[in-house]
Amino acid sequence: MENLILSTKNTWCPGCGNFGIQNAFKEVLPEVGKERVVLVTGIGCHGKMADYINVSSFYALHGRTIPVATGIKSANNDLQVICCAGDGDVYNEGISHLLHAAKRNSNITVIVHDNHVFSLTVKQPTSTSPEGFTGSSTPEGHPERPLNPVDLMLSVKASFVARSFVGKQGHLKEVIKEGIEHKGFSFIEVLQPCVAWYNTFPEYAKRVYEMKEIPSSFKEAREKAQEWDYSNEADIPLGVFYKEQKEVLEDKLEKTTEVDIGAILEKSK
Amino acid sequence: MENKEKDIQIIIAGAAGQGSKKAGHLIGKLFNSYGFRVFIHEDYESVIRGGHNFSQISVSKEECNAISDKIDFLLALNKDAVENHSRKMKEEGVLIYDSDSIKEEDLPSRADLNIVPVSLNEIIKEAEGIDLMKNTALVSLFMKVVGMDFEKASAALKKELPVKTEENMRVARTAFEKVDKLRELKEGGSHSLPLLAGNEAAALGAINAGLESYFAYPMTPSTGILNFLSKTKGVKTFQPESELAVINMGLGSSYAGKRTMVGTSGGGFALMTEGISFSAQAEIPICVALSQRMGPATGVPTYQAQADLLFASSSGHGDMMRFIVAPGDADEAYELTGKALNISWKYQLPSIVLLDKELSENTYGFKGESEVFKEDVVTEDKEDYERYAGESISPLAFPGGRAMVKATGYEHDSKGIAVEDANKVKEMHEKRLRKYENLREELKRTDTVRTCGEGDVAIVFWGSTKGVVMEATKGMGVKIVWPLVIQPFPEKKMKEVLSGTSKIICVETNATGQLAKMLRCYGTEVEGQVLKYDGRPFTIEELKERIESLL
Ligand SMILES: Cc1ncc(C[n+]2csc(CCOP(=O)(O)OP(=O)(O)O)c2C)c(N)n1
Ligand code: SF4
Ligand SMILES: [Mg+2]
Repeated sequence: MENLILSTKNTWCPGCGNFGIQNAFKEVLPEVGKERVVLVTGIGCHGKMADYINVSSFYALHGRTIPVATGIKSANNDLQVICCAGDGDVYNEGISHLLHAAKRNSNITVIVHDNHVFSLTVKQPTSTSPEGFTGSSTPEGHPERPLNPVDLMLSVKASFVARSFVGKQGHLKEVIKEGIEHKGFSFIEVLQPCVAWYNTFPEYAKRVYEMKEIPSSFKEAREKAQEWDYSNEADIPLGVFYKEQKEVLEDKLEKTTEVDIGAILEKSK
Repeated sequence: MENKEKDIQIIIAGAAGQGSKKAGHLIGKLFNSYGFRVFIHEDYESVIRGGHNFSQISVSKEECNAISDKIDFLLALNKDAVENHSRKMKEEGVLIYDSDSIKEEDLPSRADLNIVPVSLNEIIKEAEGIDLMKNTALVSLFMKVVGMDFEKASAALKKELPVKTEENMRVARTAFEKVDKLRELKEGGSHSLPLLAGNEAAALGAINAGLESYFAYPMTPSTGILNFLSKTKGVKTFQPESELAVINMGLGSSYAGKRTMVGTSGGGFALMTEGISFSAQAEIPICVALSQRMGPATGVPTYQAQADLLFASSSGHGDMMRFIVAPGDADEAYELTGKALNISWKYQLPSIVLLDKELSENTYGFKGESEVFKEDVVTEDKEDYERYAGESISPLAFPGGRAMVKATGYEHDSKGIAVEDANKVKEMHEKRLRKYENLREELKRTDTVRTCGEGDVAIVFWGSTKGVVMEATKGMGVKIVWPLVIQPFPEKKMKEVLSGTSKIICVETNATGQLAKMLRCYGTEVEGQVLKYDGRPFTIEELKERIESLL
């Protein structure tokens, strides 16, 4: 296998959940065709994927992986455009892009490295941090309840919605592959513990379980997604919650005709 | 101001939704087909129904892209139209009014005026047309009043009415017979020109420079570009959720190899500035059409201001350069938007086209004299490709080929990997500085400042005030100077053209004199300023008087 990891110095903490996503990503790449892949990353610890992986990449501004990815895909529909975004990145700064990309079924894949914390800025709460989270900006405890991003994505009918956990490498790899191969907007929420600021590894390892099959209806998918609401102590279902084939944005945008400026000018006389 | 013989000023005014703009355009097209130069100024409020709208049409034998305070014809569709505009009418001017909606007692008591009542309802009824055809009726009876020949003018009119043409022409014929001819009209003597709004000319310039994709979120006065391009085959257009999405999609699209432009006004541009900065750092081309309107904040959405010169010039955080141009009419909008797109690709940086309400939405006769074409850029698609290689401009490659293309908003090494090492940071900064220096060098060989006339006094303006400055200064013996390029500022060229003058007066439609500030920054003292900041453009007489008071 060709070298998929660059010699760049890696600066993730030892044991960081990001390694698990990088490994899964690395294994999937040859299977989906590395040459056609563009990796778009956000800003945060997760974003360093762009510096570590040997593929074309766009290290975007904080929160903006998704519009960049749609822009790339609209320009070259043959590319396989994959976002690696953070929870702060995509659920805080860039949430409107997430909702709209799902709604318009932009044919991109969004992998969220969800560690429920702004890690790179040293431990502040994000949209998925639990109520009471004590971070550097919330010494008295976070006053807000978390979002449930899986349920949120279902509510806007994202055409592929899945969750995985870096502690389950085989599962993670399969889900990422399936998401990339799905034609349409693919949303993959990855539970990625941050060992430095919010180590959920032991806890999640106990509570996660793989769903045996895809829920048979949209209603059932939402029920499944609501079992764990990111604050209760329920077990955490992993796997594909929902999958649907529908027309993708970028196919609708194709335009091939030449512009006839002469005709436009003649008509304006 | 004396009107040149055969110059005609027409105002057509009514409530929003009454179609005065459409009628104004039809009249413009008729004079265009009669061989006259036509300019149309649009004034409308930010409402969909009601409110007061008007179009003012300048008709002349020689180009006149400005409006006058003295009007020859007023076509009034409601009471407000009479109230707002009749006092501007010249002696013996012609007031045509819709007697269905305006009462006689609301008319001005001026014996000198030719007052022509018409009942548009009656005409429609008689010709068995529909309400929507009132415009056709109004335009046609105006054709008669102004002295046009029915056969000739109606041929031009017919072209503009592709739907229900027969019924429309029946209405036109009936209306034409309803009024008397009040003026003689000979042909203007020129061949007809395409009539384009500045927005349309800018879009066409971009297309000729290779535009492939356009992203925008609606915002007056830039929306015309989005609407125009959406109808244009061959250019991909997309309207996403916000200007933040717009600029970032634009960057993604450019990165993947498509010549891309985005458009907005000040408020949207404020949101886009993160992308301006990203473009500079990642060296990804992006061209922004920034059509200014009156701010701050939401301001006066459909009215004029040139108040984002300094904002655009310093937009985006960090040390960087943007290529900024300021066209003054449709021809310059065409030429300079093409140039902006080309330069952004050649130098891999953000470019900004400073349009404004007047330029974007007014209609000009488009001469099409400048050549705009897609200029080549250096590309390289090889396995050991490095995105940021070299000392200045790095060859471009796009993902999907052999090259691995790593773009980033972090400071980076030649491969596009983030670096923080002091030497590497400095080196990469200097690479970009050299690129900016190369751009300055190239611009030395091109048209960055234009002038017209000679004199002791220089009148310096930028952008859409071009038309009115040209008209107001006729016969004054002044030198007119306007920069086409705002950044990098053509400092030397500006000093050169101003060197023979002893007094500099700046004309701007803003409150703080932003070009004057910029000139002072570059060591050029400005002695006089003519500023206007009520959202309206200068009229010829107004500007003339204000300049004269400073001479
Ligand atoms: C516009 C903007 N705001 C704030 C920041 C500072 N910032 C850098 S990383 C980060 C948080 C990232 O959190 P997340 O996306 O969860 O990534 P993680 O570090 O947890 O992987 C923030 C707020 C920034 N770079 N840009
Ligand atoms: S701070 Fe957390 S997310 Fe960042 S590298 Fe360390 S463990 Fe990973
Ligand atoms: Mg995080």
